[in-house]
Amino acid sequence: MKAPAFTFLRPASLDEALAALAAGEGEARILAGGQSLLPMLNLRMAAAETLIDIGGLTELGEIAEADGRVRIGARVTHAALEDGVGGDRWNGMLVFVARDIAYRAVRNRGTIGGSLCHADPAADWPVAMMALGATMQIAGPDGRRELDSEAFSLDVFSCALEEGEMLTAVSLPRLSPAARWSYRKMRKKAGAFGEAIAAVVHDPESGLVRVVAGSSPLGGPARHADLEASIAAGAPVEDAAIRRSLAAREPDLDRYEMQIHATCLRRAITEVMR
Amino acid sequence: MTRLSLTVNGEAVSVDTEPRVSLADFLRDRLALKGTHLGCEHGACGACTVLLDGVPVRSCITLAASCEGAAVTTVEGFEDDAVVARLRAAFTEEHALQCGYCTPGMLATARDIVMRHTTPDIAAIRHELAGCICRCTGYRGIVRAVARVIAERAPVGAAPDGDCGPDAESP
Ligand SMILES: Cc1cc2nc3c(=O)[nH]c(=O)nc-3n(C[C@H](O)[C@H](O)[C@H](O)COP(=O)(O)OP(=O)(O)OC[C@H]3O[C@@H](n4cnc5c(N)ncnc54)[C@H](O)[C@@H]3O)c2cc1C
Ligand code: FES
Ligand code: FES
Repeated sequence: MKAPAFTFLRPASLDEALAALAAGEGEARILAGGQSLLPMLNLRMAAAETLIDIGGLTELGEIAEADGRVRIGARVTHAALEDGVGGDRWNGMLVFVARDIAYRAVRNRGTIGGSLCHADPAADWPVAMMALGATMQIAGPDGRRELDSEAFSLDVFSCALEEGEMLTAVSLPRLSPAARWSYRKMRKKAGAFGEAIAAVVHDPESGLVRVVAGSSPLGGPARHADLEASIAAGAPVEDAAIRRSLAAREPDLDRYEMQIHATCLRRAITEVMR
Repeated sequence: MTRLSLTVNGEAVSVDTEPRVSLADFLRDRLALKGTHLGCEHGACGACTVLLDGVPVRSCITLAASCEGAAVTTVEGFEDDAVVARLRAAFTEEHALQCGYCTPGMLATARDIVMRHTTPDIAAIRHELAGCICRCTGYRGIVRAVARVIAERAPVGAAPDGDCGPDAESP
């Protein structure tokens, strides 16, 4: 239960961090809050020759608004989002999601960027960010680029970052006051990872309609375009349609998994359309 | 080995340490502060919870090296803390501990709950305590003790603070 040996770096700037990543040639890893990486190192489920602690990069800890979108630095903690630091532009959604991630002591260190890069299929931010239409801002040896959530989320524990790249921020639109959202999670106890997660967002002003489900059995978050179309049209969404949509995506759900996923989605859709 | 300088329980400390050493092992093995207990060593049980710049963190999944320049408070550093003094009394009166293994983490967590809540809402306290496992008490005494201190503090507002870092008084 102790981490293996590694070299520890604490760069003072983004350029320094990127240079260290490049020098590591694939054997160096970013350390953000460490709330996923350190348990895995302790359990010897992960290894790294070098850890690059980004705790000193103030630029990555900022929240700023420009052109109707809000940029949340990768290093912003779950606790800061729970406390609404930087202002709530999502009618309470980010505060609600943050409050139910792990425990306060974990939220004080765990970061939104770490959660997105770690890409645990049952993690909360990947689902919530996809539902809000977030894009991922990436810096690397070839400069900067931006990817939408769907392109960023590749597979279980895998995201679209290339070797030498890191996530600097997520950029997301603010919701209008008329927007409605619902976030439903089935879990064994408060703070445990969700066995099923559903996030639904409908903003009539911007036209944003998202239905996202995520969890380990589903292999991570993805959108349900057929259900989104029904919501956009104001058409009622039957339970059978939800089950068909889930089965089309993951035919191997057992009865229990289907039941909890369908229930989460139904409750979230009902809450938003009410 | 890297030189690590930080403040622990109000005292400046500067010690050589290996980068892979957790804050928990640093406190226990290098500083002989054995009040910080280890249970799961992967963030799930809460026994190792200490204050880092005034807020609770898991010392088992925080690297000591990441705490350069920070202020750490362990259970040994709560002696003069007014909020923890009240919690200690309430824990005694409500039978909120038996073997005491979970208690250092419970106190660090309970202090934070008391600092952030102004009404003793039992459901909210239980939600906040969900990350701290106690194998003895069945939690009822702990929940009652935390609720009691929140209720006691409510009429007088924020109680005088102990030496627990800059953010300790934030709501
Ligand atoms: C007991 C416990 C319960 C938990 N419960 C939940 C839960 O219910 N829901 C949930 O969503 N999460 C949960 N988590 C995980 C938690 O949210 C983590 O904080 C999060 O997954 C990782 O964020 P971090 O900042 O700690 O990242 P780290 O652990 O530091 O890093 C994780 C991975 O991402 C990489 N990385 C980090 N930041 C960057 C970056 N900016 N650019 C490139 N790569 C980067 C690292 O190299 C590493 O591979 C739980 C954790 C614990 C310990
Ligand atoms: S020992 Fe740190 S949370 Fe269990
Ligand atoms: S008092 Fe024994 S584990 Fe809590």
